[in-house]
Amino acid sequence: MHTRVALCFPDTYEIGMSNIGLRILYAIANDMPGVWCERVFAPWGDMEEEMRRDGIPLYALESGDPVFMFDIIAFSLGYEMAYTSVLNMLDLAGVPIRASDRTALPPLVVAGGTCAYNPEPMADFIDLFIIGEGEEVNSELITAYAEARDAGLTKEEFLRRAAKIPGIYVPGLYDVKYNEDGTIASIEPREGAPYPVVKRIAEDFERAPYPVKTIIPTTEVVHDRTALELFRGCVRGCRFCQAGFAYRPVRARSPELLAEQAREALAFSGYEELALLSLSTSDYRHLGPLCDALLDYCTPRKVSLSLPSLRADNFSVELMEKVQAVRKTGLTFAPEAGSQRLRDVINKNVTEEDLLNTCRIAFEGGWSAVKLYFMLGLPTETDEDVLAIAELAEKVLQVWKKHAKNKNRGVRITVSTSCFIPKPHTPFQWAAQVPRDEYRRRVELLRGAIKSRAITYNWHDPETSYIEAVLSRGDRRLGAVLERVQKNGGKLEAWEEYFSFDRWMEAFRACGLDPDFYALRERSEDEVFPWNVTSVGVSRAFFRREWEAALGGAVTPDCRVQCTGCGAAALLKGGRRCDE
Amino acid sequence: MSRHRLLFTKTGRAVYISHLDLMRTFQRAFARASLPLRHTEGFNPHPVMNFALPLSVGTASVCELMDFDLLAEPLPEDTEKRLNDALPEGVRVLKAYDSERRFSEIKWVCVSVRLEYDKGLPRDLTARLRALYEREEVLVPKRTKKGTADFNITPHIGALTILSQSDCALIFEARLSAQNPTLSPALLVQAIELYEPDLKPDFAAFTRLELLDGALETFR
Repeated sequence: MHTRVALCFPDTYEIGMSNIGLRILYAIANDMPGVWCERVFAPWGDMEEEMRRDGIPLYALESGDPVFMFDIIAFSLGYEMAYTSVLNMLDLAGVPIRASDRTALPPLVVAGGTCAYNPEPMADFIDLFIIGEGEEVNSELITAYAEARDAGLTKEEFLRRAAKIPGIYVPGLYDVKYNEDGTIASIEPREGAPYPVVKRIAEDFERAPYPVKTIIPTTEVVHDRTALELFRGCVRGCRFCQAGFAYRPVRARSPELLAEQAREALAFSGYEELALLSLSTSDYRHLGPLCDALLDYCTPRKVSLSLPSLRADNFSVELMEKVQAVRKTGLTFAPEAGSQRLRDVINKNVTEEDLLNTCRIAFEGGWSAVKLYFMLGLPTETDEDVLAIAELAEKVLQVWKKHAKNKNRGVRITVSTSCFIPKPHTPFQWAAQVPRDEYRRRVELLRGAIKSRAITYNWHDPETSYIEAVLSRGDRRLGAVLERVQKNGGKLEAWEEYFSFDRWMEAFRACGLDPDFYALRERSEDEVFPWNVTSVGVSRAFFRREWEAALGGAVTPDCRVQCTGCGAAALLKGGRRCDE
Repeated sequence: MSRHRLLFTKTGRAVYISHLDLMRTFQRAFARASLPLRHTEGFNPHPVMNFALPLSVGTASVCELMDFDLLAEPLPEDTEKRLNDALPEGVRVLKAYDSERRFSEIKWVCVSVRLEYDKGLPRDLTARLRALYEREEVLVPKRTKKGTADFNITPHIGALTILSQSDCALIFEARLSAQNPTLSPALLVQAIELYEPDLKPDFAAFTRLELLDGALETFR
């Protein structure tokens, strides 16, 4: 009997098909004997309306079969604003939203992805969470499910068994008690469930599956290209960045293997763009030789090379020439903060000199558009730090005036700011988000300080960031809020046209929860965090040291200069070492 | 520099592939078939591909033409097979060949129009349709670059033949001006809605059948 898996991405096809993780997990599941895995995406509103009117339940793309027929309904949780889409997709599939209303097996509703590092807001809806990378644990879970189904186990019996698989978190097996002030008093596992659940990783990244034969969408998707994954993890330790800690330890692929994967994947797909993915591509040790090998293949075939995650401190002339060998793509850097003081607080370790030097190289090389990303509302930020963003942009403009090859084409410097969101499993997990009005005041301050017409300033509205801040560090009680938002029409809320701040605020009021409690409160040193149920392998003591260093404005060197003993290396077994 | 031509069909689910997406699909198919396309020179090189008459989303065709340039010459003998192995369901290459004839010679396109009526065909449907399309003037708003303008469709309709008729569907073939001006088959249905509203079909589907030159000969 086949085990049918519906791999659901809680956003549109165009977004979901751009996700490399989805492609990897799809291929792994379909490589298992007796398993048929299909894709499911959230329909856009007009399509959903037609489906609901005609009584067409949510269906999988390959077979067209309704999702409620499947054994395992698996969701990828990449960003908090997709939570209501998960509920809406279950509803559209005719599957009860609450886990407690689904008493039988099948279906089993599971979820994984970076948001699962704080699974608690979704705990009421998901039967079990997969913590960490899915390469190995997904197969173990599917096998355990098939055995349990064939043995006629009840859902409860199966979940108790599944909780014994490392990396599986079954929220129903944990009791959460609260203090009078709303903080968590205790989290108690039942029936031998692990606490915390430590994330799983693909330990042998060189041999981890990489699908070279993927589905090629006929319609244009957001990232319509072949993507190579150079390495997982990051040596940098930027204190705001959840991915930088959650994907530790650092594991890289060899340049030989990557070049082979690129050639095969490009030949199979016919794509015209090859993207080198990682959290910080210029930190890949063999980037030069890899680019040379790739360009040998790509240049005669008119395939362009794109490097989406470059740092401003080790960007070289050689690298720039390689990237533009076929086609010039845009140049984007993220200094994150305007002043050196604040960049030290967040441990960005990029100096103004680095950035200006990089811009000089770019302008001399003929680039005439630079995008600079910043966050407003970082811990300890002052008005001087905000104004320093404008000064930095102005200095970039001066560099262009001095070094541009061809001034007739003009220059476009784009400054973008978003509102900082403190994330779980980072040194800033204790921090408060700045209130929305304060963010807006800083936006106006910055707007007034940017004088040149060559500099464009874009800012994100703080409302979405605020809701995201609530959800990212929220607890189980938020389940009622999510359910209410979905019932009132919430879905696809990462899209401006669907996001409704008022709908969220109404739901918080109706459920008797104060969103400020989650977003705007600085947390005490020993507070029991909702996400204590999971571990990314980096110790709380390390995060605390980093938080205190941040408040003191002290930088921590990157992992290559000196190991900081974050704890993640312990996830590697069999003599493997971090960043080798 | 060589110029090659493809004759291909676009049917079934592939009718939902837009023209832009079809260009990308072919671009990738050529790469997958190891048939490198010649690219334009310059700042942003793009492959040389030229479609005779871009097809609207939803319209099927069994007579699409596309010109392309390959880096290597001449055209490999197994071009059709290599491309078909690389193309998605619904897009099929019938023939790859060299042609000197220019797309501007295309004068007519023969289209089959399928009109569906859920409650059965209206009385005298065929006669009334013929009468409508034989009027001196049938004005239909047509989108132009400057907005919409009334467009008289009947001078641009050639022969009209009934292909088949059942309880709920009528299929007829019409010869329509292919370019200068282009008469989209959708305008035939729009004319029904405007002039004979009680004949308005519940659903209409179109398939391009053949391309003709000014002498009414098949254009390849």
